[in-house]
Amino acid sequence: MATLELRGIHKHYGAAHAVDGIDLTVADGEFLAILGPSGCGKSTTMRMIAGLETPTIGQVLIGDQDVTHLPPRARNVSMVFQSYALYPNMSVAKNIAFPLKARGVPKAERDARVAKAAQTMGITALLERSPVRLSGGEKQKVALARALVRDPALYVFDEPLSSLDAQVRAMARSELRQLHDRTKVTTVYVTHDQLEALGMGDRIAVMKAGRVRQVGTPKELYGAPADTFVAGFLGSPPMNLIAAEGKIIGFRPEGIGVSRAGTPVASDQFAVTARIVELEFLGSTWQIYAVQGAGEAAQKFIAHVSPQVVTTLEVGSDHVFTVPRAELHLFDAKTGLRVTA
Amino acid sequence: MNAVPQADARLGVGDRPGLLGVLMLSPALLYIVLLVAVPFFIAIALSMASATVGAPGVHGFVGFQNYVAAVHEPEFLMGLRNSVIVTVATVVLILIFATIESELLARDFRGKWLFQILIILPWAMPVSLAAVNWLWLLDSQFSPIDWLFRHLGLLGPGTIWGPQMHLYYYGQEWLGLASITLINVWRILPLATVIVLAGRVSIPADILEQAQVDGAGIFRTLFQISIPAMFPILVVATMFAALLVFGDMAIVAITTRGGPGYATQLLPFWAYEKGIEGGALSQGAAIALFMFPVLLAGAIWALRAAYRSQTR
Repeated sequence: MATLELRGIHKHYGAAHAVDGIDLTVADGEFLAILGPSGCGKSTTMRMIAGLETPTIGQVLIGDQDVTHLPPRARNVSMVFQSYALYPNMSVAKNIAFPLKARGVPKAERDARVAKAAQTMGITALLERSPVRLSGGEKQKVALARALVRDPALYVFDEPLSSLDAQVRAMARSELRQLHDRTKVTTVYVTHDQLEALGMGDRIAVMKAGRVRQVGTPKELYGAPADTFVAGFLGSPPMNLIAAEGKIIGFRPEGIGVSRAGTPVASDQFAVTARIVELEFLGSTWQIYAVQGAGEAAQKFIAHVSPQVVTTLEVGSDHVFTVPRAELHLFDAKTGLRVTA
Repeated sequence: MNAVPQADARLGVGDRPGLLGVLMLSPALLYIVLLVAVPFFIAIALSMASATVGAPGVHGFVGFQNYVAAVHEPEFLMGLRNSVIVTVATVVLILIFATIESELLARDFRGKWLFQILIILPWAMPVSLAAVNWLWLLDSQFSPIDWLFRHLGLLGPGTIWGPQMHLYYYGQEWLGLASITLINVWRILPLATVIVLAGRVSIPADILEQAQVDGAGIFRTLFQISIPAMFPILVVATMFAALLVFGDMAIVAITTRGGPGYATQLLPFWAYEKGIEGGALSQGAAIALFMFPVLLAGAIWALRAAYRSQTR
């Protein structure tokens, strides 16, 4: 168990800057999710933490020790790959024992620790099987057992749930989080899935184009996104962003009032007049697709309303959409950064 | 637009899978039957007849007499022993070097293109040029290797290999066999490297990276991850190399010619000398066919082992 610190990390491949200056501190025992779209540099960052890549500039510190130029095997970092990377020529037991063997742990202790790790993950029955014949969920458990068998300083996960079926994934997410709460090992979890980041991370670092755009707890990120990228990335559907009043104005699809065009608007409300393009039934709510303006200046947004409200609406005609001004998020029109009203 | 079947479309041979299959397979089939199967059965028939170069043709059935006669000649036993020694030594060396070379070629480094060209060069070199090279390199009088040894103080009067001035590579039993092995390794290594490299690059990168993160060093990764993963392809490389070496008579014919005496005789060259140069066509055929069942059994075993390791 240890802290992790990245100081001014850059990774350049020729002219391409995969990672372009990252400073990040992860506290001892913390679960940090790195969230970003593909190509944002999150995997490269993770590989530099594990030691599979060396930063072009900057330092990696694990437990206050500079490990920037140490090879992976000297870092005591446990990594779980997206593919689980199980060794196909070894049984499950041998897979789990491999990190211990590489460290010269004696056989008796090795067997005991493999048995314990297998028990923790509930895969004791699979120990003599070949990994080739396991299901996706079983493979993931074997990979996790192999990661936790050796008391690492740090866990690094590279989208470990993305190859699982949707049903298994929700279950695996909570298991993974419980595992972390039990072992209290500092964890860096890389994902492009905001549900995983929001659901599991103590804090989330949102990355784009090689930089960290915002670091904070899930609530902070959701409640006060630092820029339009974070605002438009979190939430499902994400925050609506509309150019108005010389700024970019953000509001969530929930809590929007809809009334007929021409209805007077109270002064503490922000109002947009827009045409309803389509209504979509989502079960407990309806999703409204609305367009303000026309041609190149057209701005689209989404609103969620209750079934009662929908009966009063008419597809194809203008309506007034209102949001309490206190719930607006304001961003600078040029930089996209959050501004206070 | 009329959405009706295109009844007037011209249908050709391409629309008749049965006929097309026969047409496309027949050249390969003809080639195998006429140039591989027929000569093979003629060779079997010859080996059981009393044919000579003077009177070729399958007549005078003598059963396994030719085989029995071949086994009782000391040249045959020596050739068999040497063929096995040269084949095993070559295959072992090739597996080691091909694994090392494929490990290098699987990585990126400055000047890799030059390395790739050098590795493939023996394969691309004309046989005649290669023969001249090796005759000169290991020449009894003008060998530059001898010259190097003399200057290193290993060869000549008063040195550990002295007092002679030359090693006479092709003129001594073990040096001769070692020379033949060396040239075989040189000749087949490019092919073996390409085969092994194909296996090496097919290992998923994340498995090798996982091994690194799990704390394995380069040798543990090589022997516990890479080589087990490459096992089927190593079997294929072994088989190719073994069959190429075992069946080759060009190298011995150019270098030692089986000498001194028959100390470096190999089976294929002995079959040639006996059957074509010595005129005993049937005995030559018998010698050449002798190892066929053994090689076939070996190949079947190896392929089954490779197959099983993949479908475990």
